[in-house]
Amino acid sequence: MEVLTMRNVRKSFEGTEVLKDISFSVQKGEVVALIGPSGSGKSTLLRCATLLETMDGGELIYRDAENGAVTDYVVCKNDENGNSVYSSPAVLRDVRRQYGLVFQNFNLFPHYTVLKNITDAPISVQKIDKAEAEKTAYALLEKMGLSDKANAYPGFLSGGQQQRVSIARALALNPEVLFFDEPTSALDPELTVEILKVIKELAAEDTTMVIVTHEIEFARKVADRVIFMADGVIVEEGAPDDVILNSKNERTRAFLGQLQNR
Amino acid sequence: MDFTLMLTQLAEGMVVTLEIFFLTLIFSLPLGLVATFGRMSSNGLIRNITKLYISVMRGTPLMLQLFVVFYAPFYLFKIPLSSEWRFIACIVAFVINYAAYFAEIFRAGIESIPKGQYEAAHVLGYSKGQTFFKIILPQMVKRVLPPVTNEMITLVKDTSLAFSINIMEMFTTAKEIASGQKNIMALVAAGVFYFVFNFLVAAVMERVEKKLAYYR
Repeated sequence: MEVLTMRNVRKSFEGTEVLKDISFSVQKGEVVALIGPSGSGKSTLLRCATLLETMDGGELIYRDAENGAVTDYVVCKNDENGNSVYSSPAVLRDVRRQYGLVFQNFNLFPHYTVLKNITDAPISVQKIDKAEAEKTAYALLEKMGLSDKANAYPGFLSGGQQQRVSIARALALNPEVLFFDEPTSALDPELTVEILKVIKELAAEDTTMVIVTHEIEFARKVADRVIFMADGVIVEEGAPDDVILNSKNERTRAFLGQLQNR
Repeated sequence: MDFTLMLTQLAEGMVVTLEIFFLTLIFSLPLGLVATFGRMSSNGLIRNITKLYISVMRGTPLMLQLFVVFYAPFYLFKIPLSSEWRFIACIVAFVINYAAYFAEIFRAGIESIPKGQYEAAHVLGYSKGQTFFKIILPQMVKRVLPPVTNEMITLVKDTSLAFSINIMEMFTTAKEIASGQKNIMALVAAGVFYFVFNFLVAAVMERVEKKLAYYR
């Protein structure tokens, strides 16, 4: 089942076209890695999918299957001129339950403890019982290897620990799709490893994930599908080995070659 | 004049000074936040009206504002000026003046919060109100404490401007005693009071800052 569908997405910033007619979808349980040079539009695509940017044209639909009933959450559809028309705020509020996002810079709330960072949205947005939210949070912290940090404040944690808290925060809302926007770009190499390990574990549990990353080797190992973007278009997509090791596409090979020659 | 009598009279003025100080803070801090919203509003009319208000409050002397507020009911509407009005007018003038300064301090504080905080809250599903009151405002308060402390210290000293509309606060009292007795002692005592008061304000605010230093 497609849990996320984006069709003919267009997005410009002050006249510069950043996304040119991009279509892609994500299957339930799939791990998709988005790779490509800086400025290729991969982060913008992610920001459109998570409603942090509004797209100029194209369609965005989330799909959720619960108790056998399939629900479509239409974020936006095209009008007759191919411009995106967004759904009502009530629909957009509901759709935000469908996905989670892990930021490059974590964006934890510094004035909340680790525990409150994780439980506050479930309690005050989803109106989940406090005891239950805390139970979930402690389980997630244990999974992230941070059980002893529940009462710490984010500013006193390492970058890798903060990023793991932010993954736990996103997972606490039980999203259908979890997005990662360059989750290791702000981290030292030794801290990068901890995050990649967590993402691998999530992949093993069939968590649906879309990961924008510069870690090509990681993308190859963890992703079910790799999408290579450049200049606002999808240049190539396919099985990781086909795109990363055996690409026939010149643009892809040039990009990967550049990374290898560093 | 006996020293104790002088201090008793000064103490009466001191009570009025404290009243002006606390009433101004109690009303101007929330009003300042409201003005911040106006100043940051996406509605151009509201934004420009707020800008004009801030500009006038900052651009004219507080003493003049005290006069205008005090005499306005009489000159505009021929309402006789009562003795209660004198004190109310004083508080109104102080509040609208200080709210303008607080508004700009709060705006700086809000604008210094990284965009990522809003984005994280948005993705987690917080409403706009929740985002502001749970995420932005608490962080803003911590950031604006030093400039707010500055304003509070200025306010302690500015209370003496109330003498201009004959409010019997401490400075007015001290001035009267000094000129009546041809003795500077009352003014010195008043000076000591302002200094000690500000010393306390700074100490209290430092404690508050320390309390909020639990996160970074």
